[in-house]
Amino acid sequence: MSAATLTIIEGARAVEVPEARGLEVVTRAEREGRPVALDRDERAAYLGTSAKERARALASLEAPDFALPDLAGRPHSLAEHRGKKILLVAYASW
Amino acid sequence: MWQEVYEELQDRGFVVITVALDKSPDDARPWIDAAKPSHPSLVDTKHVLADLYNIVNVPTVLWIDERGRIVRPNDVAFGTDTFKHITGLEAAKHLGALRAWVRGEAAAIPEARARQLQRLPTAEDQQARAEFGLGEWLFERGRREAAARHFLRAGELAPHDFTIRRGTMPMRGVDPMGREFREMLGAWTKAGNPYYRPLPE
Repeated sequence: MSAATLTIIEGARAVEVPEARGLEVVTRAEREGRPVALDRDERAAYLGTSAKERARALASLEAPDFALPDLAGRPHSLAEHRGKKILLVAYASW
Repeated sequence: MWQEVYEELQDRGFVVITVALDKSPDDARPWIDAAKPSHPSLVDTKHVLADLYNIVNVPTVLWIDERGRIVRPNDVAFGTDTFKHITGLEAAKHLGALRAWVRGEAAAIPEARARQLQRLPTAEDQQARAEFGLGEWLFERGRREAAARHFLRAGELAPHDFTIRRGTMPMRGVDPMGREFREMLGAWTKAGNPYYRPLPE
């Protein structure tokens, strides 16, 4: 029987580590003020970004860059449109 | 919805970028196929954009200038008046302001005012997003019941965040246009809260 592990998820990355190590990572993240969602039954923890960091970035009025795929799977970034006026629209099927 | 205004203004150094906050490209595909956009139409299954820009409902629009500065923070606007009878929001006001800005006829919102109008994320908002992130990861792996627990927890942490409360309904097997949503909306508005928060200007 294999030892217990914890999968640490950050954004699109997920790494499976020994449980004790994983819980250390979780504790440290929480101490740093990061939001953490932990599910011990599912052996997974999601490490998010603090409100302080997100709020500071937004309050600077610098539009945060991102890279997201189109339907063909090709990535597009905000940065590639630097020099244009951009209307950014978030919508959904719901 | 925005293809028309994009075609009208693209020669002015203007681009529209639409981002579907949906659980799968398949959910966004009918919308994109119908619009036949020539502008970037992206899919954001992990709600990266919602996290970066504190997007708590859709549709949300932002204006970003040539230097990468936010010159109109999160606003509610539609490209057409198709939904006016439901939302009570007219497309014309924002479209007029958008045209004037792109054509160089009017400035966007001054910095100090833009900062006043921004709603910045709180610790609860970000904790809710972490719960959402875990739920989405679990959902992708077929752990539906566990995912649902985290989605519901996220909604409790950030009850104003409909990107979470409504946006996760499809992943919980709940119709986002159905009874549970109507009851959620009813309770929300009865308590005196707006569902949409368009900018005052």
